[in-house]
Amino acid sequence: MTMPFYSSVDQLLRDRSELARKGISRGRSVVVMTFSGGVLFVAENHSTALNKVSEIYDRIGFAAVGRYNEFEGLRTAGIRLADSRGFSYDRRDVTSRWLANTYAQFIGAAFVEQQKPYEAEICLAEVGETPDGDQLYRITYDGSITDEPQYVVMGGTTEPISAKLKDVYDGGHDLGEALASALEGLQVPGSGPGNGTEARVLGEKALEVAVLDRSRPGRAFRRITGPVLRNLLPAANRGEAADEPNVRGGDDAPAAGGVLPENGTTGGSGKPPSLN
Amino acid sequence: MEFREGIPGPAAIGRPFPGSPEPAAGGRDGQPGLGHHAAFAALGETSFANYVAATQPHLLPGRMFDAPRGPEGRPMTPDALGVPHGTTIVALQFAEGVVIAGDRRATAGNVIAQRDIEKIFITDSHSAVGIAGSAGIAIEMIRLYSVELEHYEKIEGVAMSLDGKANRLAGMIRGNLGAAMQGFVVVPLFAGYDTEEPDPAKAGRIVTYDPTGGRYDEWLGYHAVGSGSVFAKSSMKKLHRTSADLQTTLRNALEALYDAADDDTATGGPDLVRRIYPVVVSITGPEGAVRRSDEEVAGIVDRIVADRAENPGG
Repeated sequence: MTMPFYSSVDQLLRDRSELARKGISRGRSVVVMTFSGGVLFVAENHSTALNKVSEIYDRIGFAAVGRYNEFEGLRTAGIRLADSRGFSYDRRDVTSRWLANTYAQFIGAAFVEQQKPYEAEICLAEVGETPDGDQLYRITYDGSITDEPQYVVMGGTTEPISAKLKDVYDGGHDLGEALASALEGLQVPGSGPGNGTEARVLGEKALEVAVLDRSRPGRAFRRITGPVLRNLLPAANRGEAADEPNVRGGDDAPAAGGVLPENGTTGGSGKPPSLN
Repeated sequence: MEFREGIPGPAAIGRPFPGSPEPAAGGRDGQPGLGHHAAFAALGETSFANYVAATQPHLLPGRMFDAPRGPEGRPMTPDALGVPHGTTIVALQFAEGVVIAGDRRATAGNVIAQRDIEKIFITDSHSAVGIAGSAGIAIEMIRLYSVELEHYEKIEGVAMSLDGKANRLAGMIRGNLGAAMQGFVVVPLFAGYDTEEPDPAKAGRIVTYDPTGGRYDEWLGYHAVGSGSVFAKSSMKKLHRTSADLQTTLRNALEALYDAADDDTATGGPDLVRRIYPVVVSITGPEGAVRRSDEEVAGIVDRIVADRAENPGG
């Protein structure tokens, strides 16, 4: 029997963190923010079928970045847990705080126990009766959980987007204004895959938009698509989406990014990278 | 460590892939339910009822049912237990969809158990179910059924097909067969609008069931279940045409319930003293399932009562 090489716990966790961080930063970004009418989700997503944003329960929504297969499993698990609790207790007993804690434990356990951590980061949002009751929880790949009072930016290159949102965010915005400020953030130079330095324009087809609508009784989650979305977008965004730079990266990157260089700019040949 | 939700850790549903080894009971490090083998992390399962069956089977309505036994050791009947019973439900298909309505009475033997019970449930945006039979089990079954539809819709991102909905309900009734054999029968009546059907006149659908879970599509445009169903069906046979508009159909539904209450002791008529009126739900393409307001129903009922005062036969 062969003995595995010794590696310290510290080293193991650091390696896993690095793997997860790389995987998450390769994708496209998602912004979740509160506004006067509820909670707004804006994801840069070129797929119409594979969603990053989803309904979990009456007042709770979910957004995720990273590897689709992994956060899809997390999303399904959340819906199961929420429905299960709502069925055995009552609908009002399903809270985002409880669910976020459960996610944090689950993801945290996977981080220390599994070979490979989740390359995913999620945001759980709950819309309250009043703006004071809105809650946003960010849960990262290692099970860390934070609650953010105003907005959450995840995936891709978050720093320039966060910096921009700090300037333009206002909790009193209506839906159109909130969407415009979220787009200002997502389009900021340096935010796209490949870290292009020019500002981009994200059109209807490149966006996945949804809200938790405070005024809706019962299930508050509503996707905004088609003509409704087009009318809400700022005039500059109503045309076609800007061309995607030809980069290997984004949401379709292989597991652990293959062994591509850090910046992921080798042109997307689709061939498995060679190990030597 | 017991997982908070009380999920008993790895179950059959929690295996990540078919054929993969079942994790040891108790999970790794004695932490059931937290690893990737937790039941809620199972792959590919979209049914909430199946999830409940695998993780919390005690929550299923009518499952592992063993009726209490009387002094002679024989199982007690629902009547001897004083279990409330729901009575008459009618459903009518019309030009724009379907209407489903039910009276408000629950009986236990010869006693009125409740005057204002609601037996019509809107189960999702385009379907509703009315229940006759053992009220407690039926209400629990419909609660599970509503979550089942919503759960599927959330996980899949699209609503279940109309036939899928009808079949899922059949499966739940079949799950209650043990209880049904002891007298705790649940007989729902399903009404739905098929959003895939371009012609609104054909989109309204009525499905009935027997206690073994047999599913029967009703294509004649109307149906009724419960103790007063014979009288309600006779009434609808004479009054209702599938070409009718919404207002006429609402009136026909309430006339049928009036006729059922007229001849069946267990069916409650409109209670004008307490202002308790039947529950009426219309399901159409543009509006989906809508419960008609009490004011609207009261208006129609008042006209029916006035007409019956002139001619009790209607």
